[in-house]
Amino acid sequence: MEKRNFDVEVHHVTRVEGHGNIYVNVRNGTLERCEWNISEAPRFFEAMVVGRNWNELHHITSRICGICSIGHTLASLRATEGAMGITISDQDLKLRKLALHAENLQSHLLHVGFLVLPDLMGVGSVIPLASSNPKELKTVLRLHRLANEMSDLVCGRTTHPQRLIPGGFSKIPSMKELSGLRERLKASVPDLRAVAKLLKSLAPKIPDFVRETEFIALTSPNEYALYDGKIGSTDTDAAPAREYLSFTNEYIVPHSTAKRSKHARESYMVGALARLNINYDKLSPLAKNTAELFGLKPVCHNPFMNNIAQLVEVVHGVEDSIKLINELEAAGLKSQPDYNLPEVKVKAGQDVGAVEVPRGILFHDYTYNEKGVCTKANCIIPTNQNHGNIELDMKALVPKIIGKTPKEIELNLEMLVRAYDPCISCSTHAVKVHFV
Amino acid sequence: MKPKVAFFDFAGCEGDQLQVANLEEELLDLLEQVEVVSFREVMKEHSDNYDIAFVEGSCTRLHDEARLKQIRKNAKIVVAIGSCATIGGINSLKNYQDLDDVRRTVYGDKAKLFDTYAARPIDAVIPVDAYVHGCPINREEFLHVVKSLLLGKKPDIPNYPVCVECKKNENVCAFERGQFCVGPVTRAGCNSCCINEGTICWGCRGLVDNPNENSQKEVLIKYGLTVDDAIKKFRLYFGWQERKR
Repeated sequence: MEKRNFDVEVHHVTRVEGHGNIYVNVRNGTLERCEWNISEAPRFFEAMVVGRNWNELHHITSRICGICSIGHTLASLRATEGAMGITISDQDLKLRKLALHAENLQSHLLHVGFLVLPDLMGVGSVIPLASSNPKELKTVLRLHRLANEMSDLVCGRTTHPQRLIPGGFSKIPSMKELSGLRERLKASVPDLRAVAKLLKSLAPKIPDFVRETEFIALTSPNEYALYDGKIGSTDTDAAPAREYLSFTNEYIVPHSTAKRSKHARESYMVGALARLNINYDKLSPLAKNTAELFGLKPVCHNPFMNNIAQLVEVVHGVEDSIKLINELEAAGLKSQPDYNLPEVKVKAGQDVGAVEVPRGILFHDYTYNEKGVCTKANCIIPTNQNHGNIELDMKALVPKIIGKTPKEIELNLEMLVRAYDPCISCSTHAVKVHFV
Repeated sequence: MKPKVAFFDFAGCEGDQLQVANLEEELLDLLEQVEVVSFREVMKEHSDNYDIAFVEGSCTRLHDEARLKQIRKNAKIVVAIGSCATIGGINSLKNYQDLDDVRRTVYGDKAKLFDTYAARPIDAVIPVDAYVHGCPINREEFLHVVKSLLLGKKPDIPNYPVCVECKKNENVCAFERGQFCVGPVTRAGCNSCCINEGTICWGCRGLVDNPNENSQKEVLIKYGLTVDDAIKKFRLYFGWQERKR
């Protein structure tokens, strides 16, 4: 094989709470350097919330991420509620699970439909698909709109939801609205099948790359864990959320503003594939069928299959939401006062909220003084937990594809980053390859 | 020829660009009127040749100023979108803390690796031609601003407080319910969306041009907040605006 020298530089590939760069140097056909650096402007949320009141934290930390603001709000509320000893009703619990499904659906559909699909169809963005594949694009848009309208209906709006507050909800949907939603969810199944069929036809384009790693996700004996559960791993026993630090083990690498994590190995992966690998048995029937269609079984070590795991989770989210609405109906939806403000006895305390958001397990850890003022906070974001794994994947991937054309190498590295769905805009930048 | 538009982001959550992506079918209509030449959220292509630049996020690092100035140079019209860009937003919370402490809190002994300065809105660095307020921005208002700019008109952005819209919506006043709200000094245009959803106004659209801050603070104190608490409420979103005044 030709002993080539070349560099791959992806400037601002991704924004993961900001901007990320890929640097690859190949000398004499050998990989010399392979780095995944985050140059995002840090925002210092953990410092910003210190001194703020318990009933503001969810509002502030929602602003960490526009795409998974519902997940941040819920992790935040769970930490605050745990610290203050607040319990929520079974009805509110189910409504919060619906809220989480809505966000996962919205985020996964946006990722698979708008960001991954163009790669598989060989175009630079979703825009050309409007004229070349209007039918497919409209199907994705329809599903995406449904997910957003589901957020609006349950949370007040799709981004930075207003209704989710400590102790429950300031306002809840009516049973009529929920049954309307249920009908639309049921009616969306043909669209889901169409998207699955489209992806199946493109599946041969998904790179066949395997690197064994550890997967970490919430796990529960009762359900496909998203809102609640213990921290599970494909390498070790599960542990309560309060012990998160023994899993995340954050460290800082110079010149990357994002922290990284490692647990039983050099790195681990979180997100849809991690959840599927750990909780496959708890998937809804149609979701399992979808996984089978793609031959996706636990434990799958191909990070590119994360996109298929996202599709499987979309199907699960729709089916489980229908089930949750049925349960709410069977129990009889109880109304609550307008401008509901659950009574809270403020006290000193500390707790951890762990929630599965589209990109993986998210932790918020707050300490409050006796006045309910936050004195310490720690937030561990899924994407940060994935950075180390992304870099190691790149190091393993480049030697395997080193004989390909620079354009193919670019595309493969971009697709790898994109597979992790690090943040919506992250993965859509051009890769520049320089030959020296 | 269709005007060329580009989207950029600085320190923020990208929730505002997401609202643009969330226009769904309306986005397709919009694409018939403008040509998007840079929008990382949805496309790989990028060009520096654009007429309108939409900028999300605050400027929080000295070395980000050059990028902003370049955007100003390239664009005929610069539009700030979302609270972080229009007023500094939530990011300005850190401005009231010792920035060295802030860095140490988050990054420990590696703090010196992480450059930061007081978070500021875009117009603290470059002139801005139009604003789309809110956290996040409202999709309809975004479309209104874009349409106005395309027609060469000044967008119609309210300069009266949220209370006006809230009363029209027949909400029970937050103060009557024993809650604290900054609607009386916050710029309207959101249709009092947070109060409609059962909560309070947090102030994400920033202060109206001539807010009666002192009377608002008096109201807050009358309803049982301490002076410190009242100031804290203001600092959630008004941090940069207050400091400038």
